[in-house]
Amino acid sequence: MAKAERPLSPHLQIYRWYLTMALSIAHRVTGSAMAIGLLLFTWWLLALASGPEAFATVQSVMRSWLGLLVLFGYTFVLFFHMGNGVRHLVWDVGYGFDPRTAYHSGVAVLIFAGVMTVVTWLIVGSAG
Amino acid sequence: MQLRTTIGRIRGLGSAREGTGHWKAQRLTAISNLFLVLWFVFSAMALTGGGYAEYRAWIASPITASLLILLIVSVFYHARLGVQVVIEDYVHHEGVRVASIAALTLAVFGLAVACIVAVLMISLGS
Repeated sequence: MAKAERPLSPHLQIYRWYLTMALSIAHRVTGSAMAIGLLLFTWWLLALASGPEAFATVQSVMRSWLGLLVLFGYTFVLFFHMGNGVRHLVWDVGYGFDPRTAYHSGVAVLIFAGVMTVVTWLIVGSAG
Repeated sequence: MQLRTTIGRIRGLGSAREGTGHWKAQRLTAISNLFLVLWFVFSAMALTGGGYAEYRAWIASPITASLLILLIVSVFYHARLGVQVVIEDYVHHEGVRVASIAALTLAVFGLAVACIVAVLMISLGS
């Protein structure tokens, strides 16, 4: 069957980006990224189970500058998804839907993720 | 006015024929993830600077092993549910979509089992 030439709703790219839109798609992107990151978690656990040499390899990779960068990014992504997930749970029970509240809760999630990431890495850094 | 048939209403499965099971499981695992992941992050922070022996000793404790297995089940299940929705929304070809979700399910089950076996091996000292 030929596709009907119906008028389409306005293309996504003509919308002005709002914080709430950006955070909404970021929730999916961060969730998907962490799902892929579970491979790292699995690698770490399997190495720990299989012996000191395998574990030393994982630790040297994770403590390289690229490894630390990935772990730092993962920390921010984790706390963002965690904070935004709680924001979603609050929405699920019916609160916080008006635009002002949704905007402010979004800002709060970003601040939470930033602060938690910095605090985590300050503690990790001070412990060596 | 009630447009739905009686049998449709009592089954409560809606047009997607799967009801609210997926949605509820996603929320339930979100809440369990919140506690288990916070516990894991704080524990990992406390072990910073430790090596092979310190991490093995940590997991050897039955409480750690139990919480870690709960975390693995909760996190991998939540990941499966979330990525499934992403696939359902963006993969339009039905065959590719079904195959992708099947591959996702198998991959997540495989990784989760590997992780649980690793925890058990460490905790049972082999």
